[in-house]
Amino acid sequence: MKAYSLPDERGHYGMYGGKFVPETLMQAIVELEAAFKKAMEDDQFKGELQVLLKDYVGRETPLYFAKRLTKYANGAKIYLKREDLNHTGAHKINNSLGQALLATRMGKKKVVAETGAGQHGVATATACALLNLDCIIFMGAEDIRRQQLNVFRMELLGAKVISVNTGSATLKDAVNEALRYWVSNVEDTHYILGSVMGPHPFPMIVRDFQSVIGMETRLQYLEKEGSLPEAVVACIGGGSNAMGMFYPFINDESVRLYGVEAAGFGLETNKHAASLTKGSPGILHGAFMYLLQDPYGQIQEAHSISAGLDYPGVGPEHSYLKDIGRVQYESITDKEALDALKLLSQLEGIIPALESAHAVAYAFKLAQTMNADEGLVVCLSGRGDKDMATVRANLGGEEK
Amino acid sequence: MNRIEKVMRRIKENKEKAFIPYFMAGDGGLEALQQRIIFLEETGATAIEIGIPFSDPVADGPVIQAAGIRALQEGTTLKAVIQTIAGVRPIVHVPLIIMTYMNPIIAYGIEKFIEDSCHAGIDGLILPDLPIEEETMVTSLAEKFGIEIIRLVTLTSPLERIREISSKGKGFIYAVTINGITGARSRFDEEAVEHLKRVKSVSTLPVFAGFGISTPSHVEEMIHYCDGVIVGSKIVEFFSENNLSAIKELIRAAKIKRTIKQ
Ligand SMILES: Cc1ncc(COP(=O)(O)O)c(C=O)c1O
Repeated sequence: MKAYSLPDERGHYGMYGGKFVPETLMQAIVELEAAFKKAMEDDQFKGELQVLLKDYVGRETPLYFAKRLTKYANGAKIYLKREDLNHTGAHKINNSLGQALLATRMGKKKVVAETGAGQHGVATATACALLNLDCIIFMGAEDIRRQQLNVFRMELLGAKVISVNTGSATLKDAVNEALRYWVSNVEDTHYILGSVMGPHPFPMIVRDFQSVIGMETRLQYLEKEGSLPEAVVACIGGGSNAMGMFYPFINDESVRLYGVEAAGFGLETNKHAASLTKGSPGILHGAFMYLLQDPYGQIQEAHSISAGLDYPGVGPEHSYLKDIGRVQYESITDKEALDALKLLSQLEGIIPALESAHAVAYAFKLAQTMNADEGLVVCLSGRGDKDMATVRANLGGEEK
Repeated sequence: MNRIEKVMRRIKENKEKAFIPYFMAGDGGLEALQQRIIFLEETGATAIEIGIPFSDPVADGPVIQAAGIRALQEGTTLKAVIQTIAGVRPIVHVPLIIMTYMNPIIAYGIEKFIEDSCHAGIDGLILPDLPIEEETMVTSLAEKFGIEIIRLVTLTSPLERIREISSKGKGFIYAVTINGITGARSRFDEEAVEHLKRVKSVSTLPVFAGFGISTPSHVEEMIHYCDGVIVGSKIVEFFSENNLSAIKELIRAAKIKRTIKQ
């Protein structure tokens, strides 16, 4: 197999990706790509980022052997990559900090971002506070209602949170508004996109900043087990924690990669967020990718109990990896995710984010089909504190 | 020859200025689409730009977004719009230009869309999320069926790029006069005028200014620096208020000589 090297110079992953943006943004994304390439070849930039990731974010994050969960599954060894232990509680900070540092290098004083659950908003507000950048966060009115505490956190960090009432008033609409804001303020503002989506070069930038997850995991696993894991599992919203985890393993053909989408109420209902499993290719937010859409090309609303997976598209690179079969995409329902959240809490004393609980649920099933001398790694993308109100409302009845 | 090219040749020869109104297909139902096309031609529009509703129109401001939502609630589909245009085409002479985001076309099938548009008498396409870097997925087919792609240049487009973009088309070039999305603006700064001069200096095509133009005085001001103006949000608003005389006033401000052959 030829070594994997995508995107191509036009920002495409096979037929996916590209830059489907209004002309006003073209110059900005061309400049961004050049600035990013230069920064990644600059030892000073990389050094600065590394110091921040170590001393500020708390990397490297542990690769933890989940002994009781493994015993309970009675199959392959289950390891957890503890992205939940990052400052601000999720993997999102890896990208926000990298891009905020890039923004300062580009001489931008302002940052705009979208957020769904609020995790990317909090991470971006945090990075902006640290680097003295003005920060505006667009968030769907519906998500603001669901994630009040994260709104408060962002505001406490000095960000301005703007409520989005258009469309379904969730993440996809927040991206629309952030793009509109960027079109109108492109000269002094950088857009910190929160996942491996949007126009090139964003999917590449976000993947590269998140790749620290997979690079650490690879080394840590080799050190602990003397080999590579048989399987790696991560949840998929836009796909950033998964891409960051998978990318360093892509050329390791022996490592099976599993992306886990949100099946919501079930794939047979209309209430899910399984863009790869149930969607079809199209263009949204600047990229050609799998989408949930009606027969006329109108984008449909996604549903998941976890706000961070509640997005009707999925990054172009995942779309490509699905088509070539390098990654297998599965899905987990709301109920299965809740069960996994409870299981991990009670067996390991780790309360995962609802997003990450989807990966845990699938990994648990997968481990049962594997042998005891095999191992798998789950990307535990975030901690569950932000989800306590949702979880309580859903488990309330049966838990008393 | 494509109707757009013919009209461009005419306005050049007659030293005319052009006015292109935009409105949203299906806003007010599909009967309104027919009536509005006929009304706009009678009122003196040089060409007519017809929007296709899309759930996620990132280049549009609140007025056009709302019109798109109304149109979708009416059940408007691209197919029905093309059929409606085909129905009215025999009695309408001005160029008809479709403005749409890519995804409804992809769902329809790009090739089928271009072919059906050609048969319906649609003359041009404006695709705000299709920059020249990606346009080959549409251009070769469009060329084959004689449909003109109208490309946008903006305040942020470098001069070299404006030159490149203008060299690709045959109809006119759409100069976006603001950094931003569609919607009314109270005034324009000098940057808009400078931009139009810059575009005019390198463009081999007629230059039409659009985005934010919303009053007769804007039209009168802008038209000095370009070959025509495009007005969207304000037309959409006037149609939804049924204020047809205000639309006439806007078009009149462009002082078009009425030379449409019947
Ligand atoms: C903890 C956590 N995991 C996963 C995701 C999903 O995003 P992505 O697929 O980009 O990793 C989110 C998004 O908010 C999140 O907060």
